[in-house]
Amino acid sequence: MHLLVYLPLLFPVPAVLAARPLAERLAPWLATWLLAGCSLVLAALSCAALGVLVVAGLVRLPLAAWVGEWSLATVRAGDSVSKTEAAVAGALLVAVVVAGVRMLWRRIRALAAAALEAACLPGPGQLVVVDDTVPDAYALPGLPGRVVVSTGMLDALDDADREAMLAHERAHLACHHYAFAAAAHLAAACNPLLRPVAAAVAYTVERWADERAATACGDRRQVARAIGKAALATAHHPARRRVPEAVLGLLGRRRSALRGAGPVPRRVAALLAEPHVYSPPLNYPVLPLAGAAAVVGASALCAFAAAHDLHVVLELAGAG
Amino acid sequence: MNTGPAPGGRRPGGALEAEVLALLQVSRQAQTPGEVQRQLGDGLAYSTVVTVLSRMFDKGLLTRSKQGRAFAYAPVDDAHGLTARRMRQVLESDSDRAAVLSRFVQDLPARDEQLLRQFLAGLPDEG
Repeated sequence: MHLLVYLPLLFPVPAVLAARPLAERLAPWLATWLLAGCSLVLAALSCAALGVLVVAGLVRLPLAAWVGEWSLATVRAGDSVSKTEAAVAGALLVAVVVAGVRMLWRRIRALAAAALEAACLPGPGQLVVVDDTVPDAYALPGLPGRVVVSTGMLDALDDADREAMLAHERAHLACHHYAFAAAAHLAAACNPLLRPVAAAVAYTVERWADERAATACGDRRQVARAIGKAALATAHHPARRRVPEAVLGLLGRRRSALRGAGPVPRRVAALLAEPHVYSPPLNYPVLPLAGAAAVVGASALCAFAAAHDLHVVLELAGAG
Repeated sequence: MNTGPAPGGRRPGGALEAEVLALLQVSRQAQTPGEVQRQLGDGLAYSTVVTVLSRMFDKGLLTRSKQGRAFAYAPVDDAHGLTARRMRQVLESDSDRAAVLSRFVQDLPARDEQLLRQFLAGLPDEG
């Protein structure tokens, strides 16, 4: 049990190594589901592993043995988790739960505030044009969500670009991309090793919306051009918006040509490249799915085996 | 205790901007920095007022026109636009609120810009 119980804490490492290649190569919707889902499960399993360590420490206490009526000597002989390990795991578990709850609470509050703003914005339709020279366009999730575009952004784009931009933002709302981002951020809050996966999900939801926009417009180059023009117009506006440091820190910065580039050039390059087409018999890319299943499955197996070992030791000691 | 006359040192910068904006919205016509300084009337340096006004102009909160040797400033004349700008500032100051928005384009560092221009150069511009 001793080594097994620590493995679920480290299984995010292969997930992180695979996240970037998967985000580039899989169909964006599939990559988003896969990465967000796996990061949630891996975060839950690492919390479970901490929980097992804490329980293993608790059962060694004389008080617990007296209440549960098991043999303290058998438990101490059969289980090698020390009090220090259990105490550290307990502190970590508390920190993780606090971080997770805090993140969820803040995100729910932010979503509620966004929904309120969306409801208060003028006009009956989904699209809201605001009179503002700073080029900006974003989707505001709500019931229903709204697409907010500044006149500065409209001025920077021609008709075809605007169509692509609006299709992109509508795709964000229609596919509930904020939920995927929230899931990945929650997982990263619970296990900081998963932060690069959250950054990959932030990228794949943009790619997902780009691809939906390309389908809606029937022209991938049109979407690529719109992204490029919008990014240049935004970067060159005098009152250029600043991305909050916290967001940049969360998403991380990378090095080396396109591999080191930020999301905008990568999105444009992906749109200019040939689209991924999966052949009908292998409608899904088997290898990445099998790899993800292997990592998550192995992590789950380790957590379960550790819990099972602890259970066996307790049974031997005469509990229950 | 900070009693120095440092610009904006007397109160948070946002508070001064809000006060200036309220003052300009009440007044019927555009105001020069000198007039704003007089109406604020608590010993703010002229240069502080000029700095605040030009910063608000840069943010798109104010419009300005030449009046004699100085600029006269007026609030941007639309309630919705102002709401949107205020919202944007709130959203940008809070990373949680920024995270729920899906922006069309992300920040573009100078190095990415070169790369982007290379990609766009390969595209026929149908605009």
